Amino acid sequence: MRFSGWRILREGLSGNKGWQPHWRDAEPKAEYDAIIIGGGGHGLSTAYYLAKEHGMTNIAVIEKGYLGGGNVGRNTTIVRANYFLDGNSQFYSHSLKLWEGLEQDLNYNVMLSQRGQLMLCHSDGQRDAYARRGNSIIGQGDDAELLDVEGVRKIAPYLDFENTRFPIYGGLLQRRSGTARHDAVAWGYARGASERGVDLIQQCEVTGIDIENGVVRGVQTTRGAIRAKKVGIVVAGRSSQVAAMAGMRLPIESHVLQAFVTEGLKPVIDNVISFGMGHFYISQSDKGGLVFGGDLDFYSSYAARGNLPMVEHVMEAGMTLMPMIGKAKVLRSWGGIMDMTPDGSPIIDKTDTEGLFVNCGWCYGGFKAVPGSGNSFAHLMATGNHHKPAEKFRLDRFRTGRGIMDEEGTGAQHNLH
Amino acid sequence: MRVSEKGLGAQIGFRFDGVAYTGRAGDTVASALLANGVRLMGRSFKYHRPRGVFSAGSEEPNALVTIGTGARSEPNVRATVQEIYEGLEVRSQSAWPSLKFDVMAVNDLAAPFLGAGFYYKTFMWPKAFWEKLYEPVIRRAAGLGSLSGQHNADTYDRAFAFCDLLVVGSGPAGLMAATVAADAGLDVILCDEDTAMGGRLLAEIEDIGGGTAADWAAAQVARLAAMPNVRLMTRTTVTGAYDGGVYGALERVTHHVPRSAAPLECFWRITARRAVLCAGALERPIAFENNDRPGIMMAGAVRAYLNRWGVTAGKLVAVFGNNDDAHRTARDLHAAGVAVAALIDSRADAEVGDVPYPVHLGAQVCGSSGRLGLTGIKVRQGDAQIDIAADCLAVSGGWNPTVHLTCHMNGRPAWREDIAAFVPVPDMVPGLEAAGACNGAFSTAACLAEGAAAASRAVEALGGEATAPALPEAEDRAYRLSPLWAVAGKGRAWLDFQNDVSVKDVKQAAVENFRSVEHMKRYTTQGMATDQGKNSNVGALAVLADATGRGIPETGTTTFRPPYSPIAIAALGAGAQGKGFAPQRFTTSHQQTIEMGAPMIEAGLWYRPSYFPRAGETTWRQSCDREVGYVRQTVGVCDVSTLGKIDIQGPDAGKLLDFVYTGMFSTLKVGRVRYGLMLREDGTVMDDGTCARMGPEHFVMTTTTAAAGEVMRHLEFVTQALHPDWAVAFTSVTEQWAQFAVAGPKSLELLNGVLDTPVDNDSWPFMACGEVGVMGVAGRLFRISFSGEHAYEVAVPARYGAALFAELVRRAEAKEGGAYGMEALNVLRIEKGHITHSEIHGRVTAFDVCMERMVSDKKDCIGKVMAARDGLVDPMRERLVGLRPVGAVKQLSAGAHIFETGAAHVHANDQGYVTSVCYSPDMGTMIGLGFVKNGPARMGERMIVRDHVRDLTVEVEICSPVFVDPEGGRLRG
Amino acid sequence: MRINCPLCGERDRREFYYKGAAVALARPGRDAGAQAWDEYVHLRENPAGKTHDLWQHEAGCGAWIVVVRNTVTHEVYETALAADVKRSMGA
Repeated sequence: MRFSGWRILREGLSGNKGWQPHWRDAEPKAEYDAIIIGGGGHGLSTAYYLAKEHGMTNIAVIEKGYLGGGNVGRNTTIVRANYFLDGNSQFYSHSLKLWEGLEQDLNYNVMLSQRGQLMLCHSDGQRDAYARRGNSIIGQGDDAELLDVEGVRKIAPYLDFENTRFPIYGGLLQRRSGTARHDAVAWGYARGASERGVDLIQQCEVTGIDIENGVVRGVQTTRGAIRAKKVGIVVAGRSSQVAAMAGMRLPIESHVLQAFVTEGLKPVIDNVISFGMGHFYISQSDKGGLVFGGDLDFYSSYAARGNLPMVEHVMEAGMTLMPMIGKAKVLRSWGGIMDMTPDGSPIIDKTDTEGLFVNCGWCYGGFKAVPGSGNSFAHLMATGNHHKPAEKFRLDRFRTGRGIMDEEGTGAQHNLH
Repeated sequence: MRVSEKGLGAQIGFRFDGVAYTGRAGDTVASALLANGVRLMGRSFKYHRPRGVFSAGSEEPNALVTIGTGARSEPNVRATVQEIYEGLEVRSQSAWPSLKFDVMAVNDLAAPFLGAGFYYKTFMWPKAFWEKLYEPVIRRAAGLGSLSGQHNADTYDRAFAFCDLLVVGSGPAGLMAATVAADAGLDVILCDEDTAMGGRLLAEIEDIGGGTAADWAAAQVARLAAMPNVRLMTRTTVTGAYDGGVYGALERVTHHVPRSAAPLECFWRITARRAVLCAGALERPIAFENNDRPGIMMAGAVRAYLNRWGVTAGKLVAVFGNNDDAHRTARDLHAAGVAVAALIDSRADAEVGDVPYPVHLGAQVCGSSGRLGLTGIKVRQGDAQIDIAADCLAVSGGWNPTVHLTCHMNGRPAWREDIAAFVPVPDMVPGLEAAGACNGAFSTAACLAEGAAAASRAVEALGGEATAPALPEAEDRAYRLSPLWAVAGKGRAWLDFQNDVSVKDVKQAAVENFRSVEHMKRYTTQGMATDQGKNSNVGALAVLADATGRGIPETGTTTFRPPYSPIAIAALGAGAQGKGFAPQRFTTSHQQTIEMGAPMIEAGLWYRPSYFPRAGETTWRQSCDREVGYVRQTVGVCDVSTLGKIDIQGPDAGKLLDFVYTGMFSTLKVGRVRYGLMLREDGTVMDDGTCARMGPEHFVMTTTTAAAGEVMRHLEFVTQALHPDWAVAFTSVTEQWAQFAVAGPKSLELLNGVLDTPVDNDSWPFMACGEVGVMGVAGRLFRISFSGEHAYEVAVPARYGAALFAELVRRAEAKEGGAYGMEALNVLRIEKGHITHSEIHGRVTAFDVCMERMVSDKKDCIGKVMAARDGLVDPMRERLVGLRPVGAVKQLSAGAHIFETGAAHVHANDQGYVTSVCYSPDMGTMIGLGFVKNGPARMGERMIVRDHVRDLTVEVEICSPVFVDPEGGRLRG
Repeated sequence: MRINCPLCGERDRREFYYKGAAVALARPGRDAGAQAWDEYVHLRENPAGKTHDLWQHEAGCGAWIVVVRNTVTHEVYETALAADVKRSMGA
């Protein structure tokens, strides 16, 4: 069924009786050409692109809970392409371009809203680091503008420019950044994949990975064994456990990242604003809630919930930067489990087991990567070759010292010598 | 309408939407408005349908208002919680032009097209229209109240509290639990979100121990209040349960008074060894067509307004329920003289007894009338349907135990068929036990017993002895109900009143395969309103269970997340507004520096002078150039106390330093200083600095200002976790010593004016150190230089810092020198190619900064092995170089990228980037430092520096990073 | 979250700095080889359950502590001074 305004009108006039399931729940078959473990954003987009771009439709997505129930349904919905290290730069640029055509491609309104993201800087050194970043972004073909204080004031006049602890020196603005409706991204990909014949299997937990003589043969699940020629692990937040089923240890430690939403308010924050000194970022959803977050709780955790010290720290950052949000009330806090890699950058790679692929380590940046990650992982799984935009996301880079080493590092701090 | 004035306080005037009303002390906005006959208090979120007050507590989904004016105005305040005070301004929200006539109510007419998830299916064409047209319209229409847009103007606070037992909720269970625990000697904190202790006992007509329930509660509270080991906290909502027995709680300190010197709210972090949850239960509605009209509200709330505030929510009240509890509402109303239009019970076998008002058993309310307020209801009984006039309908679909806190650590409650409700599963939060109604025990007698028992167990768990209290006689009826979630019918029956989610929406979601409760919630927005589904989630998932052919327990609940009720950001972040976000650290020269007019800049938590302006100077560059001149030509003085200083002592001090620095320090002679580079274990540069050997077993390490804490932690790690047997001790002495750089050709001359014993180039050669007397004070002298000039750093105990700084500056000025700030310091170091955290930014190795030869081969050190990985010693890595403009454009900028001449300025051609730039008075041009692929092999090559964000293109020559005095003659001379 | 410092007693999590898996105590020799070093610096068991990790009582006594903890429930089972644990490892 094609979604459109006309369809809404027609259904509305006829009692909304014609709507159909957005995706088909499938029973597991005995064998597939490929199995994607994990029905989150990345797994669903991988399945979609495998079907759409590589003609692989005899495939299944296996999800232990419900589709989109992991970090894609539990994030702060920010989409951006403002990375600067070689490898990340190309990848996120590619992903943002996919975002920009996603609604038409999926025939599903994921509500991409390119409201612009403004990263504030609070010292000369930080400004210069942002300049470096901005230049890298522009060199990659994306947009960035370095703003002075007056430029920031025009965009966000409500910030505390006079009395805040770390004065605002300026900021780096990417206008094509923004937000999207996170759940819809998972549903849209699920629908697109399902329409192309992909089996989506919910409530089915993988309990083992079958490997014979170094070649993957399939998976064991709570709903029986399923054979497969290729298996892709796309289970952010559980990557270490699933990889362990294949005898692998990953360079990953799991951490909880909290996020918050306030009660609905009339529009007051138009952009995504991030606070360079306070690990704080905020935007306002279409429903009117302020959606914001901060740093990791910073202890390894699988609990998907956080504790008060970081809750309060995030609120403190908000209060020093933009004290006008003081009377907005936090409605809900939640925590997601992040695959943290040593350099803060992801992994999309083959493994030592033939036919077994791994996609993990998205740290706190997985949501914006959903289209690109699935696109590149599908390419790797289908062709066996690394997709150009994601070719630096190698598993062995930590051992060899080659390729991306850090992105969300602390960066330069001036005046400290 | 007020039907009784018993126990009420003074008259109080307030305004709602500009109209003046009078209430009584103790009234909430909701009770006062009801007393004045006002039913319409808000509009729903999506369809802007008229809404009246629904509840009498913090779970209120409808009556959300804005109070106050200007910067102090506060949106989304529950009228059911906010107490009135003289002069209180209350405004309705999200309605235009008025609450009665809201143009956005047109949405309701388009409802057939705006069902669950409609927006996912449209607004995609034409592509640009989503952001240009549709979304802005949606954004403007959405939202509830408005923020003022002004900086927060109220004060908030945060506090810690500790107790043996935290009791959450002060109804019969909570009062009993607190009493038992307090009598056993425990330190008890009893919190209740209400203005008064007593919970449901304040709202019911019943007896406890022979007197009224309210009197019993008052007596218990008075007894507890007199005990020194009990802290009673009213207006305090326990909002979350966290690890280790930590609970968050919000105290509304002065919300109920016009203005106060005390904070508006205080957020408490309560650490409790044990806790008893006595949070009671929340009544749930029954969905039927148009069940959302103002005047339709919860039966328990109608009772509360009547019994506690003497207010009836209507003049002609109908009651609709599926349980015996609803009957109490009809009984109490009648007893108070309010006309009861009918009692409608969905159970055919309900026992009502002989009552003087119409009773309809086995009947259901299936519709209502009245646009801005209820005028009548439709009742279906078998095949018959009758219309009953009523201006208020009190509804009870049964009660949901308030299990929220027990689920804050990922626990899921269990379904209890007999009460058709979710109840807590034991031990979901370690140390927290649920008692009373929140545990599914609904009679007053059961609440008293469970509260006492839970407290006794807590006392015993903490090693005490509890005496079983004599429980007073109390109401002990069985709780009987027959589940009824939604009345069958064609029209829209509402579940989530605020978000306008109907039974149809939930069913539609199931049809579209949003069958998981999480999918249904996210697709329909059910339970995502400000009440977080407290009023509607159980009903909605019962409808979903029915639509998907599953039972309620299989369908499950969504996740309960903190906070229990919303908390202002200003409360959670209290104290951070303005400068409170992080500590401010000041050097001993701070005061004089300010007096000299220096603009201060942040250096981590420290403040340091940017430059010291002189009369006649109009730009910072003029001041900076002058200050650089001091150091290059005469003498400059700079406070360097912010650098980390770590005093290291012990026989194995050398061993430690050899292990944490790349270079060899154990061989350093006493009285000498050496530069050191410190790596992280992954081979990346962590920090750099100098280390001075003051004695055979005594070193003083300096770190950068930025990394002082990290280095200290690192040393602790190495000595405790890797080499616990090394005999070495160290402590941070950053604050204990004030240290000043005295740099420039006349530095020796200046110093000798303040040193008790003069020094010279032979006794204190470059990199010498030792103890000296500074104008009679025991100090330290280091012949080190960050500027490349003949220079010293002199240190004295911090209490002499201010005086020494003043003296040094005075003497420097007498020699035509003076103080210099961070700008000049930066120029001086760039001219010498010295790195700072602009270069060692966490992604570079010793190899990258061309210090690979400083990694001693003779020993192991932290980071040594990993720094040797293939990829990290590849010559094609970006490595440190100097940059000199050679074309027409002389403007260099940090952050610019470097390209080969003729190459397009795109990422794929990137050769490196600029890290630091300055105007060098010495060179007469701008110079820079940067990283270039294979840099050291490209000396003399001309390249292009392109700064897209500042639109600068500059031709540069790659050169040595040491621009000034590369041989180091000035340093040593 | 509260952690028992073996020297100071139970303290709020705010006083502690977290480093990571206690594998950091078992630093390989200089010549242990690339694999051993990769495992030491990068690869992690990352268990969903009982874990041993290193914390420092940074805002207190400065002690490095091995905390035995559950990553799913956040329950803290026991704590010990890292120095004692290291000594017992016989390094």
